[in-house]
Amino acid sequence: MYWQKKEECRPRAELEKLQLARLKNTLTRVATNVPFYRNQFHKLGLNPENIKSLEDIRKYPFTLKQDLRNNYPYGLFAVPLRDVVRLHSSSGTTGNATVVGYSREDIITWSNLVARILCGAGLTPNDVIQIAFGYGLFTGGFGLHYGAERLGASVIPVSAGNTRRQIQIMQDFKTTALVCTPSYALKLADTMMDMGINPNGLSLRFGLFGAEPWSEEMRQEINERLGIKASDNYGLSEVMGPGVAGECEEFHGQHINEDHFLVEILNPKTLEPVKPGDIGEVVITTLTKEAFPMIRYRTRDLTRMITEPCPCGRTFHRLDRFVGRSDDMLIIRGVNVFPLQVESAIFRIDGTQPHYQIIVDRKDNQDTCTVKVEVSESYFFDEMRKQRTFIDGIQKSLAAELGLSIDVKLVEERSLERFEGKAKRVIDNRIL
Amino acid sequence: MLVEQIAVFVENKPGRLAAITRILADNKINIRALSVADTADFGILRLIVDNPQKAAKCLQDGGFTVIVTEVVAIEVEDRTGGLATVLAHLADAGVSVEYMYAFVNRSGENAIIISRFEHMENAVKVLEGTGVKLVSKEQIYNM
Repeated sequence: MYWQKKEECRPRAELEKLQLARLKNTLTRVATNVPFYRNQFHKLGLNPENIKSLEDIRKYPFTLKQDLRNNYPYGLFAVPLRDVVRLHSSSGTTGNATVVGYSREDIITWSNLVARILCGAGLTPNDVIQIAFGYGLFTGGFGLHYGAERLGASVIPVSAGNTRRQIQIMQDFKTTALVCTPSYALKLADTMMDMGINPNGLSLRFGLFGAEPWSEEMRQEINERLGIKASDNYGLSEVMGPGVAGECEEFHGQHINEDHFLVEILNPKTLEPVKPGDIGEVVITTLTKEAFPMIRYRTRDLTRMITEPCPCGRTFHRLDRFVGRSDDMLIIRGVNVFPLQVESAIFRIDGTQPHYQIIVDRKDNQDTCTVKVEVSESYFFDEMRKQRTFIDGIQKSLAAELGLSIDVKLVEERSLERFEGKAKRVIDNRIL
Repeated sequence: MLVEQIAVFVENKPGRLAAITRILADNKINIRALSVADTADFGILRLIVDNPQKAAKCLQDGGFTVIVTEVVAIEVEDRTGGLATVLAHLADAGVSVEYMYAFVNRSGENAIIISRFEHMENAVKVLEGTGVKLVSKEQIYNM
């Protein structure tokens, strides 16, 4: 189902023509209204008038998170503050906060793009949507809220936290769709078990999860435990918030709202485009944002682009599952390794989510990598043969996933350090 | 005729066995027999104690990973060829041994062999058929 069928199914040639016109317009606007961009373009001798094709974007400089911080609070705004109707702040966990702004028109666009994603995931105006994202400066709560209202669904703005109350409301209000992070969905499932509530007795049918990377295995677990169809959606406050991309009911990659965002997939080291279908960093240019346009924002998020036509009829290309961030990618003996790949290899063997840690070292100029896995009763045996088989199984699964032989060590329960409840996944002892 | 044994996961680092035996001592649990199967990184400590369920709970509370499994306790005369006779019966019947360890009964006359077989039920049947004396759990716990 579509929210804006004409836009979502526009022929590629027509779409690219529209993107080019909007790109030129955006570049011209920032060159006129934002000193930061004007100075950079001037230094490189770039004139937006000369944009002839979408590839010309490659001549333009990148925008980094640090640039947002340096221009805090309003330095990158392209309209006067009187035209800004909303301010949000990025959820960045490192460094200073950043501020983003929205014009009246931006809010309408944002709502429509989120409505597209809700619609694409199978939701209709008949749904009762429980939004368990935080409301406030974080874009997740309000972004989904406005989109859900735009769609015409019944919205429960419950916000984040208080898990038991979430479940009570889910039961009493007959929630049909849940919006939160995928890890919170599993926490809700755990708490339901504690409370003796059978998820199958609820009205819940859909889950829209985002704001953190997750694996296909995790989706299966959520689907089975909550009895729902879980879909992935993607966005970040720097370019807008949720609504940048989202999955359709094929559940195979997230359609990018390409009429509003120009997405490049680049090698994070060379900053050149990767070969079609290869993994690289997502770089986004906004095409319609008025108050806070972004030129070639380096998201640090890594995935590949799916360009094959989708059976759903949307012409937008898709982003495959995110495999990690360019800042936590490890290169071991020349092979790119992402912690999430290790996680899914371990998960395949055991079916549960063990605590693990990846330790990288360098001995005699040779990288060594060990994955420590915490033992648990479900895979501890009194017979050494069975114990070895289990460890070898993980080793084989890792080798198949990464194309790299990795040592697996079983360690005692709760022996791996955790920070604020989260395990520290990677310890890189190499001195490069 | 099966006896409960507890198995504990032990990482190869100083003080772990001491910690386990300390927990058992503090909870007044007596160890009848033990064996360690070890690799470079970790070991599997197997224990026969006078109260396996309580021992398992205490060690779990102490942060250890513990499972309770069933083994067979065979009483063998403490003389040359005692064990060879028993194992010959098992070999003839095609029963394979996963692991075994032994201790000597307090009276000093007989040895007790703690054994884990690939197919436990089949092994017990074979042993009973040959007239080998199996020790019950009550006897073991109260030894």
